[in-house]
Amino acid sequence: MTTIETPAPQQSGTLSSGSRLFRLASRYGTFVAFLALIAFNIAVTPHFLSWQTLNVNLTQVATIVIVATGMTLVIATGGIDLSVGSLMAISGALAPMIFMGQLWPVENMAFAVTLAFLFPVVVAGLFGLFNGLLVTRFSIQPIIATLVLFIAGRGIAQVMTNGNLQVFKNEGFQFIAMGRIAGVPAQVVLMIMIVALAAAMIRYTVIGRQLIAVGGNEKAARLTGIPVKRVKMLVYMISGALAGVAGLVVVARNSASDANLVGLGMELDAIAAVAVGGTLLTGGRANIIGTVLGAFVIQLVRYTLLANGVPDAAALIVKAGLIVLAVFIQQRADRR
Amino acid sequence: MHTLLRPFAIKSSVDLARLGVILALLGLILFGALRYDNFVSSYNILSFLRYNSMFALIALGMAFVIITGGIDLSVGGTAAMASVVAALFSPSHWAAGLLAGMAAGLAVGALNAFIITKMRIQPFIATLATMLAAYGTGLLLADNQSVSVSYDTGFTIIGQDDFLGFPIPAWIALAAYILGWLVLEKLPIGRHILAIGDGEATAGLMGLKVERTLAAVYIASGTLAGLAGVMLASQFGAGQPTEGVGWELFAIASVVVGGTLLTGGSGSVGATLAGALLLAMVFNILNFENGLGWISLSAYWQSVIRGAFLLVVVVLQAKLMTRHRST
Repeated sequence: MTTIETPAPQQSGTLSSGSRLFRLASRYGTFVAFLALIAFNIAVTPHFLSWQTLNVNLTQVATIVIVATGMTLVIATGGIDLSVGSLMAISGALAPMIFMGQLWPVENMAFAVTLAFLFPVVVAGLFGLFNGLLVTRFSIQPIIATLVLFIAGRGIAQVMTNGNLQVFKNEGFQFIAMGRIAGVPAQVVLMIMIVALAAAMIRYTVIGRQLIAVGGNEKAARLTGIPVKRVKMLVYMISGALAGVAGLVVVARNSASDANLVGLGMELDAIAAVAVGGTLLTGGRANIIGTVLGAFVIQLVRYTLLANGVPDAAALIVKAGLIVLAVFIQQRADRR
Repeated sequence: MHTLLRPFAIKSSVDLARLGVILALLGLILFGALRYDNFVSSYNILSFLRYNSMFALIALGMAFVIITGGIDLSVGGTAAMASVVAALFSPSHWAAGLLAGMAAGLAVGALNAFIITKMRIQPFIATLATMLAAYGTGLLLADNQSVSVSYDTGFTIIGQDDFLGFPIPAWIALAAYILGWLVLEKLPIGRHILAIGDGEATAGLMGLKVERTLAAVYIASGTLAGLAGVMLASQFGAGQPTEGVGWELFAIASVVVGGTLLTGGSGSVGATLAGALLLAMVFNILNFENGLGWISLSAYWQSVIRGAFLLVVVVLQAKLMTRHRST
């Protein structure tokens, strides 16, 4: 870190060395933290460098990354989506009901399983669209608009299942969490696909640029002819649908669906991943790769503490400190 | 105009929304009283007040925070942690339990105040983080299980006994609300809080002590959450580190139903109380409706109905606001 000591060159004389440090930290901080955590684990945690460790961490982080990707898009438009955990519960409750024939009789299992993949995601997407409608048509602040489904959504899932645990065994459906594609767990492949699609969308498509513009300055975006409402509805729909996908992965992994627990607290993990990943929570920026790194950092912190005998509760405190620190650095770097 | 009649002085659509929530509450009470036999029984009224006082306390703190244009997501975790702290201190003296619980809440509030005013981090993120930290601390202190309170020092009196025929938690909540009303409506700091919610920069230029006022509001919210945690521990005989999940959102819903705008700069203490009571009343009515046997709605319907209720209120408010803006 020699850049700190050397006096600033003339053309960037307005930048103090402190703010430069913040800027460096904000650009590479998450990545450095990620590397530092890995280095620490290699040195301290026994058996860290093993396929099993990699597998455990990847499969655990996959659902957070999937949800956090949708959350990144929503936050980029200056919104927030608190309903993702509840939508996971709805989708997780619906899928087993479909292939277990509780909604309508199953005649062809392959068809039923296909439907169990598609229908819950569509339903979750429609709930997301409902969030988007509240935000755009009624101009309700995103926190409140998505609070409605945060409260009601889990209730809907509980009512559908009567609060009962649905236990199942269905190889076709559970492929999404148990299967492997070329040796890689299916949910990890799914995660990579979703992340790649979202990153490409932001980078290369018109709608991707539009959603950044909406978050950066909504009024200006509207004046330049961007369909602000449509863009917002789309991101909430995507966020809902991705929450639906994550719900499927969770129940498939557990061989059981518990509407009381599926996705509980996921909104916090997703928002934390976005914040640690360097996407400004005020909107106007979407750093998908950062979000992935943020999710990995949070997961690794938790793993590191657990693997070294620190209780899960302490991991919560560390996570809290991490979020505050990440946002603090981010804002400091951004202010000048 | 006479101050007691002020809630009924309709000057804007916000006032109309506030009047609406009070009328809706009265309507629900009337509906319940006419429909169910034991609705106005002292047992129902007293247990209703006893159980819902802690939520009312949290909603009060939340109302102040929201009026400044902020939000406090940490209240549920704070209440859970405070219930554990109170339970741990209850064997020495009932007052020790009470004060320790409140101090725990105050500490979280002070931490929020520091992160928000000194580190300049948005309230949403700051309190999200302290929520996690509070839960973590509570779980650590409690060793991941509920902590039984002492039954010998009189600590359980706070939550379980009556005074002059009313539950003590209800008295505490009432006192807090009167104090809150005085602060917001009668004291200079109340004007400052409203001014900050209207525009922080402007309030600062006017020479108001923005940071100090904001800090006071978050500390108050934390302390009230701590007090709610004390009540929780006292009422149920145990400090419960996993309770409080979703309380913050219930409190936000109460404040919003009470007609306080999330954008800050306006709000009412009385309407917040009405909002909290209204949401609680929906539960109460549902229980009675189940008791009648005509319908049988599982407990799970309650959150669906609560969500639907919140939806109706926010949509109505949004309509009112747009009409108000266009005229």
